[in-house]
Formats: sequence, structure tokens, C-alpha cells
Amino acid sequence: MTTETINESLDDAHNDDHHDHKMTGIKRWLYTTNHKDIGTLYLWFSFIMLLTGGAMAMVIRAELFQPGLQLVEPDFFNQLTTVHGLIMVFGAIMPAFTGFANWMIPMMIGAPDMALPRMNNWSFWILPFAFAILLSSFFMESGAPNFGWTFYAPLSTTYSNGSTAFFVFAVHIMGISSIMGAINIVVTIMNLRAPGMTYMKMPLFVWTFFITAYLLIAVMPVLAGVVTMLLTDTYFGTSFFDAAGGGDPVMFQHIFWFFGHPEVYIMILPAFGIVSTIIPAFSRKKLFGYSSMVYATSSIALLSFIVWAHHMFTTGMPLFGELFFMYCTMLIAVPTGVKVFNWVATMWRGSMTFETPMLFSIAFVILFTIGGFSGLMLALTPVDFQYHDTYFVVAHFHYVLVTGSLFSIYAGAYYWLPKWTGHMYSESLGKWHFWCSLISVNLLFFPMHFLGLAGMPRRIPDYALQFADFNKWVSIGGFAFGISQLIFLAVVIKCIKGGEKAPAKPWDGAEGLEWTVASPAPYHTFSTPPKVD
Amino acid sequence: MSRGNQSWLMGAWLMLTSLLSSSAWADTQLNLTKGVTAVSREVYDLHMLALYICTAIGVVVFGAMFWSMVFHRKSKGAKAADFHESTKVEILWTAIPIVILIAMAVPATSTLIDMENNDNSEVTIQVTGSQWKWHYKYFDQNIEYYSVLSTPREEYENQNGTFEGNGAAKNENYLLEVDRHLVIPANKKVRFLITSDDVIHAWWVPAFAVKQDANPGFINEAWAIVDEPGIYRGQCAELCGKDHGFMPIVVEVKSVADYEIWLSEQHALTAKAADAEKASLTASMSKEELMQLGESTYMAHCAACHQPTGLGLPPTFPALKGSPVATQGSIADHIDIVQNGKGMMPPFGKQLTLQQVAALVTYERNAWGNDTGDLVQSADVKAASGE
Repeated sequence: MTTETINESLDDAHNDDHHDHKMTGIKRWLYTTNHKDIGTLYLWFSFIMLLTGGAMAMVIRAELFQPGLQLVEPDFFNQLTTVHGLIMVFGAIMPAFTGFANWMIPMMIGAPDMALPRMNNWSFWILPFAFAILLSSFFMESGAPNFGWTFYAPLSTTYSNGSTAFFVFAVHIMGISSIMGAINIVVTIMNLRAPGMTYMKMPLFVWTFFITAYLLIAVMPVLAGVVTMLLTDTYFGTSFFDAAGGGDPVMFQHIFWFFGHPEVYIMILPAFGIVSTIIPAFSRKKLFGYSSMVYATSSIALLSFIVWAHHMFTTGMPLFGELFFMYCTMLIAVPTGVKVFNWVATMWRGSMTFETPMLFSIAFVILFTIGGFSGLMLALTPVDFQYHDTYFVVAHFHYVLVTGSLFSIYAGAYYWLPKWTGHMYSESLGKWHFWCSLISVNLLFFPMHFLGLAGMPRRIPDYALQFADFNKWVSIGGFAFGISQLIFLAVVIKCIKGGEKAPAKPWDGAEGLEWTVASPAPYHTFSTPPKVD
Repeated sequence: MSRGNQSWLMGAWLMLTSLLSSSAWADTQLNLTKGVTAVSREVYDLHMLALYICTAIGVVVFGAMFWSMVFHRKSKGAKAADFHESTKVEILWTAIPIVILIAMAVPATSTLIDMENNDNSEVTIQVTGSQWKWHYKYFDQNIEYYSVLSTPREEYENQNGTFEGNGAAKNENYLLEVDRHLVIPANKKVRFLITSDDVIHAWWVPAFAVKQDANPGFINEAWAIVDEPGIYRGQCAELCGKDHGFMPIVVEVKSVADYEIWLSEQHALTAKAADAEKASLTASMSKEELMQLGESTYMAHCAACHQPTGLGLPPTFPALKGSPVATQGSIADHIDIVQNGKGMMPPFGKQLTLQQVAALVTYERNAWGNDTGDLVQSADVKAASGE
């Protein structure tokens, strides 16, 4: 389809809208095809999921506060760790990024809306059902999934507690939602860019979502495939992952991680995009090495397809396999390093101010890099034998996912809140949120490195006495981090309700088309595309 | 300062001091173990190399960041420079990391090649994981046994009170102790063949730098040459269900001479056990004796799933109290399930003596108000399993 035809059909849809305006009440949200409304829905949904998954983490940390079984049974503990992981990955981080994509991509490329607005509505509205199915299993006789968010067979097949079917269907729906969202992003970026906006003139934010969307389209079907095999193994007598029937449980892990590793980058590349937007704005200096950033992001995405088995070094791979995956994994440090160096070079000799979005972005660069360091250590196969499945790994992926992805989401939320709501957020509350989060999150995750090195396995409800001291600190950090997130809720509600009026461009160093429209952004923007030179 | 503030501060101070003084921080391990094998020391060196390199890079990168945060801030009147590209710099900071990575990959490769060389072993032991215990079988020795967590249930269920920071109510090796250690000789290449009966487990002893998944239906290899006799503890490292946190590994390394003595002791014990088994066939135990032995057997092998109360954890682990198998079904069927397993339940025939099975079945048919009055003797078990 050519750009013109899509533009025309969008214009038609919009003419209808102009006649009957937006609906009111719940119907506005149920029937909406507006990218801003859908973006808002995604963002609220992901925040609710963050609090839900966070509440589970609080119970986990309360149980681990002391040695001994205090609050929950080991089986329920496993259900909590499993669903905590699933919710945070599929319910909090991914939908939050889709929310950003919906809100910002059309406004950044000068498009009137997403290219496929009705599909957009559907891809959001099936999500709450997916998570309702997943969470409902807590209230069933069998209990929720208890086999870890990585659901290794045969623990999730022959030996599952009966929750496998619910889990599989929930994941299928999440996958369909992600694929539709990704297709929408790709089609929008390819077809609806403002005249004159060539690919290499797109904001880096748009580039990272473009690449991420391709990753999603590539690997979500793999996830769908592996959960379907799980389903038939459990209920229809197949033996994909059962040695007794000629299958192989390790094949499960290969297929899962072929999805799982690109998935890791699906959750971090958009973060790179957000941070690459914010750091130049508050350094009042153009992003250093724009084109090298594009190439680095693409290389990371391509490499993500050939490193999956570094999650599986202990499964008994042949030496050649171990070496191959070790070298490829180490290679990822190169483009990732380029990105970090570029951010530092952007700040270098800038004219910096430290509003909340910038604070979260700087914390992102430092703490994500710490997560990258532990990732590099984990890449070394011989040492991975010691780190694997310990709290060292837990520390690693929480550094990249919480102080990485989540912090970038906060940075982006603070940065664009004035554009979304038309009001400035409370800078002092924002700073409270930042400093409380920064201190508590490090108390929460940094000692986990030591726990892992000292030999504490992950996913255990009780532990030996030498781990007691650190676990206490970690739990205290966890509770503090959990409570700190409520400050953000207060900031957002306060900002929606009122506050200082935001100008069209509240940040003097900000660049991009989104700042050329009023704050709050009108319901329809760029009905006629702007010209970009 | 207001009174409210003061009491709040006081509370925070008390909490802080109690945390800092809690137990012996001196014992708290911060770093990876060096271990007791040549390989584990190589692994440790590699870990430290990686750590130092990462720290050095961190100092440079974060240093530059903090430098510009301090000196290039607007409030200090910094004016933004105009540069935003430099091919030279980009090439430089792509090339330098590649060199550093190669410097790390070289020792990593040689250590890995070492670790994967399983040839020329002198002792071979098959390690089998099952929910939730380890089984060790010595090749060419006719020695095999299960190794089960020996920390009493009262401790991890806090029945003697909770952990108070000084280790009260928990013994020293809490959750890291088993009824029978794996015994291996020092200074000999011991090869472990690792597999599983049910789900995936992972056999991990940090001091040997050995961690290998136990995959059902497949066999993985690992090896260790330990230089110092001693006791080394590890845990299952792959989530394997409810009691994943309760299947530790204890390896006792003995000098070669002591190991030989241990082997002959084991052979004698095996012979003695066979005699006892034979004798039990003709013996008849009283109900009291059966119930006593049955209860201890039940607590050690069955209570994790079916619970000490016999109520189970339905629907995964069914109740035995009032269950058809334990109250109405035939004794032979009951014995069959205990010995050969059923569905998710593992077979126990190999790890229990005839006498234990007899006592266990008797216990399950009479405890918790099941009161069938059935008494089962070793000979009955032998007869039932002979069919």
C-alpha cells in the first residue's frame, strides 16, 4: 500500500471522528481507535501490572527476610516467583513501551495516528483478558503456574500442577497482542512519516521502536510455538520434550531461549531510544554519533539471534557450542559499549541541568552499565558455571530490567507528562521519587551479587544461615523500593488534576515534532503532515 | 527538632544498629569461592580478571560522566559545545573493547577446554536427581544410596522459634546437611555422570566449580580432582518443584587410604543389610514396632508431599487420610504404589527395605484415624512385589 492510500483512508476515518467527536465515559476507552487514548490505556495498564507484580515481590521478600518458612508454603512461593516474572515482563515492561510507541511515534514522525487504528484497539483490549486468565489461576484448586517464568519442561508438563493450560492460553493472547502492536509500529513508521523525513532523519526513539518491532514479529511466533508444544505434551500425549517418547527436555530450552534472548532486547532497545532522546535535551547538545547509534542498535538486534544458548551453558552442550555462544555473547559488549560511550560523549561539554527525566536517564546509564558488566562476566562460560542460577543472575537481570528498562520508562514518563497532561509535574515530588528509588533499588539489588557469589541459588523459599544478613538488607531495600513507587502514582495523579500550565515545549533543549504541537497534545495532531527538511 | 521526629530517628537508629550487629558479619562471604580444585582456582582467577576489567572500565566511563556532571552543568555557566560526531573516536572505542574482549576470551577458552576434558577418570559415580533428593551410585563397586536433607522439619518450619540473628533455633549447617554424604577420594580424577529421574535438577558444588544440569533421559558429565580432604556443601541449582530449596549436596573428600576403608565398610554394611532383609522375611513385628518404624519412614520420605498430617496438598499431592488406597484398597495395591510409584509419585522400592515398606504401609493404613487394623510384614511385601 502506498503512503497516499493509507493517508487517504486515515483522513476518511478522521472525518467521521470530526462529526461525532469522541465518546464519553467508558465507551470512549472501549471503542477508541485514537493512538493517544490507546497509549494512555497501555501506560495505565502497565502501571497496574507493575504494582501487582510488585506486590508479589513484596511477599517474596517478606518470606526471605529471615531463614525459615514464615509466611508462605514453598509451592506458593514458586507460584509467586513465576507470576511475578511473567507479569513484570509481559504485563509491565512490554505494554509500557507499547504505550510510549502509541503516544509518541505518530507525533514524532508527523503522522495523524497509528496506521492500523482498529487493530490497535484490539491489541490493547485483549491484554487485560490475558492477565485475568493468568491471575485467575491463583484462585483455582490447582494454583497458579509454579514452574518459573521460563517454564522449563518437564516441570511445566508432566510434573505441572494443572495450571499449564491457563498459562499457555494467557501467553498466546499476550503474544497475539504483541505481534499486532509490533506490526502496527512497523507499518506506521514505514508509511506515515512526514514528507522529507528519511529513515536517517527519524528520531533515534523511532529507530529503536522500529527495530524492536521487527524483533517482536520474529520471535513471538516462536514463543507461541513452544507453548503450544508444551500444551500438547501436557494434555495430548505428544513427547516433544519427553525423552521417554523420543523427545528432549533441552530442546525446550533451545526453543524458549531463541525467543527469550531477543525478548531481552525487546525490553531494552526502546529504553535506549528514550534515554537517547532525554540526555541530549538536558545536555542542550545534539546526540553524539546518531548514525553509529542506529548501527549499534541494529547490530545488537541481529546478534540477539545467535546468543540464546548462553542461558544454557550448564545443560551439557558440546565444547564447540559453548565456545561459539561465549564468543558471540561477548561480542554484544561492543555495540552496547558504543551506545554508552555515545551517551557520555553527549553529556561531555554540554550545558547540563538535572530535572527528574535527566536524573532517571543518568541513573539508567550508570546502573544499566553495571548490569552490562555482570552480563559480560556471565558470558564467560567457565565462570558462568559458578554464577548460573544464583542470585548473581538475579542481580544482573534486575539491574538491566529495573534500573534499566523501568528507569527509562520513568524518565520518559516525566519527560512527556507535560505533553500528555498539559501540566508540569511536581519537580520536588519527582526528585523524591528518584532519590528514594535510587537508594532503595541499590540496597535491593546490589547485595544480590554477593549472595550469588557466596552460593545462594535463586528460586528458593528458604536459605542457609550464611545468607541471612544480606537477605535482610535486600528485603528492606525491596520494601522501600516498593513504597517509593507510590510517589510516582501521586505525581501522575497530581499532574493530571492540575498544576502549572505546560507550554508547547517545556524543555528548552528538547527537539522533535512532538514539541511543535500544543500541550496537552490535541486529540488529533498532524491531520496535515508537517514538512521536514 | 520535634518529639515525633526524634522518636522516628531513634527507631531508625535502633533498626540500623540491630542490623549491623546481627550475627557475625565477619563470616559473611562476599566473593566467589576459590574452591579446592585446580579448575576452581582457574575459574576464580577468571572471575577476578573480569571483575577488575569491568571495574577499570567503570572508573573511566563513570568518571567521565561525573566529571561532566560536575563541570559541564548549566548552573556553572557551561555553554554547550557543538560537536556531535567523530568517526575517529567511534572507531577507537569500537576497537579498544574488542582487544579487551580478546584478552578475556583467551584464558576463558583454555579453562573451558580443561573443564570439558572428562577423559582418564579413576572413579566414576552416577549422580541422579529426583524430587527432592540425590542418588549416588559407584561404578564397579555395588554401592548405591540416596542422600536426603537431614535438617529436621521443626527447624525450617520454625517450630522451635524463629531465627533471631544469632542463629538460635537453627543449627550450623541448616539446609546444607544430608543423612548420607557422597564420599570421594582426594587427588584422584572423579567423574560424575549426572542424570535425573523426573524433572531437571542441577548438581552444584561451588568448591569444585562443578554445576551440571541433571536432565531426565540424558547423561551429562563433569569431573573434579580435589586436593584437600574435607566436607564441601552445595545445592540443587535448577528449579525442580516445591522442595527445590531442600535438596542439598554434601561431598566428603577422604584421603585415598580413608576412602578405601570407607569402601570396605560400605561393602560390609551392604552385606549386613542383605542379611537383615533376609531375616526380616521370617520375623514378625508387633503393631507398635511397625507403627514406630512406619512413622519415622513416613516423615523422612513421604511427609514432604503427603504432609505429616496425612492431608496432602491437593490436588497435586493427594491426602492419605481416609484415602481409598489406604483404607479400602487391597494391601498389595498399596504396596505396589509405594514401591513402583504412580503418575508423579516416584518409586520408593529401591530406597526402602522390605521392613520399611511393611512398616510404612502399616502406618499409612492405621494412622490419622484410618484405623483399618491391617498389619503388614516384610514377607507380605516380598510376596506382593514378587508377583
